[in-house]
Amino acid sequence: MSEISLPEEASVLPEILPPPAVHGRVVGLVLRHPGIAIGGALVGLMIFLALAAPWLGTVDPEALDPANMLIGVSAGHWFGTDMLGRDIYSRVLYGARVSLIVGFAVAALASAGGMGIGLVSGFVRPLDPVLMRIMDGVMAIPSILLAIALMALTQGSVGNVIIAITISQVPQVARLVRGMVLGLREQPFVEAAIAAGTRTPRLIWRHIVPNTLAPVIVQATYICASAMIIEAILDFIGAGTPPVVPSWGNIMAEGRALWQVKPFIVFFPAFFLSVTVLAVNLLGDGLRDALDPRGEARR
Amino acid sequence: MLSYVVRRVLATIPVMGIVALTVFSLLYLAPGDPAAIIAGDQATTEQIAQIRASLGLSQPFLVRFAHWLWQVVHFNLGTSVFTGQPVSGMIGQRIEPTLALMILTMAIAITLAVPLGVIAAWKQGTWIDRAIMVFAVLGFSVPVFVVGYLLAYLFGLTLRILPVQGFTPLSQGFWPFLASLILPSLALGAIYVALLARITRAAMLEVLAQDYVRTARAKGVGQGGVLFVHALKNAANPVVTVAGLGVALLIGGTVVTETVFAIPGLGTLTANAILQRDYPVIQGVVLLFSFVYVVINLIVDLLYSVFDPRIRL
Repeated sequence: MSEISLPEEASVLPEILPPPAVHGRVVGLVLRHPGIAIGGALVGLMIFLALAAPWLGTVDPEALDPANMLIGVSAGHWFGTDMLGRDIYSRVLYGARVSLIVGFAVAALASAGGMGIGLVSGFVRPLDPVLMRIMDGVMAIPSILLAIALMALTQGSVGNVIIAITISQVPQVARLVRGMVLGLREQPFVEAAIAAGTRTPRLIWRHIVPNTLAPVIVQATYICASAMIIEAILDFIGAGTPPVVPSWGNIMAEGRALWQVKPFIVFFPAFFLSVTVLAVNLLGDGLRDALDPRGEARR
Repeated sequence: MLSYVVRRVLATIPVMGIVALTVFSLLYLAPGDPAAIIAGDQATTEQIAQIRASLGLSQPFLVRFAHWLWQVVHFNLGTSVFTGQPVSGMIGQRIEPTLALMILTMAIAITLAVPLGVIAAWKQGTWIDRAIMVFAVLGFSVPVFVVGYLLAYLFGLTLRILPVQGFTPLSQGFWPFLASLILPSLALGAIYVALLARITRAAMLEVLAQDYVRTARAKGVGQGGVLFVHALKNAANPVVTVAGLGVALLIGGTVVTETVFAIPGLGTLTANAILQRDYPVIQGVVLLFSFVYVVINLIVDLLYSVFDPRIRL
């Protein structure tokens, strides 16, 4: 059996499904889907601000300065200072790090976890009902509440926030991937690969996974956006990272008591959070349109 | 029809079971010894052991789960670690603002979103469509507390036409009650409007491309008739599905909205319970909200057959 070589079965067949837009023509893609360009540029800007925060005129975001509490927007403090005299501009720029790390980490972990569960569910049929009932159960708990409840179990830290939000987002990806796997298993090219003797791990890796990637990437961008919002919500109600951490949710939580008199404390982190989430959503919408040939035809 | 209803209802039982197991595990895994917390600081080891025995805390996981579930189906959600009051009573005291907020939000959101989505689909590709879709992306991206603060600042602090914060119970008059809920509902509803407008537009676009819509136009049905009678009814299923799933966003958003607007409802109860690590309260609220969410989606499933009789088969 092993002497029979399978001529090029893998390299030819996957070409059937991936949409043509993926290959090259980056400029054309961006022009046709301005969301990708605008969203991508804004996300890029936020990543730059997060990385370059120490060199953009910031001071220590955790440094207390009781002599300069609640200063408004001024030359010395571009975004003013909070109740403890901390510089809000510095805290907002460093806050971008927290939001982006949480957003990207949750998107990556939830996609990987959901992909794993979805593949197992699609291939190990006896496990499918069990796994999917568990996913249904987890999905039945609204994700913000689940994240809040999970955070109540542990200490507030960025890592725990990432884990809590990831758990609440995994079922979406798992359901999506399972559905696609079940559909793909009926496809002629997969049946051909099985008939040709492709073993399951190789089948999954070469034929199934590449064909599930596009929708998973789109889903991952939406998860990234919700993760950033949920992280800010957790911080805002005091269930997220410790208050000393400069995160947008924490800055807003600090400004909460004073928002009627000192609205700028809430305004700046709120603005940055909204712009970042908007950018990620635009990117997601653009990617969805670009990667989904059916949606393209309908436009 | 009856067999469809029975099937759908039965299908929610395992889901509720998993929800209950998850929520119970939260308390089971919670750090700290509940017996020691209840006993207080001056308790002796014997007293703590006694309380533990009386609460059945040393029994195996499944026994405790079964016992807990038995209590829950009898509406006994335990007692708050902090106030010592029964959790079901605390929830009962605070359910009015949350229920009112969610019902008003859904009413406002659906009356706004569905026409917006229909118009966007009708005027597909024009600036009206683009404007509505830009608004939808914004509504989806701007977090609920940001919308809340903006609205409170604009209509409460600057224009002074609506209360900035707080909640007036219905017993103190309908108009003050309604006025205290308008801004929170708009803040909470923004994301829901965005979601529904998008899905309505997508569903309508699909339906408007169908042959029978062209037939309706050909036989002289007016634009409004085509859109709202022929098309919308057939586009209803995805819209209703997303409306049901979107309730999760509303439930999560309530926690934040109530905090922003200082409304004494279940959301603020949750937020306070988190700060105090009051696990029975967290557990009770999460269980209640999840139950409501599952029931709403069950109703959505049953509505399918109203909009699309083929499903009854």
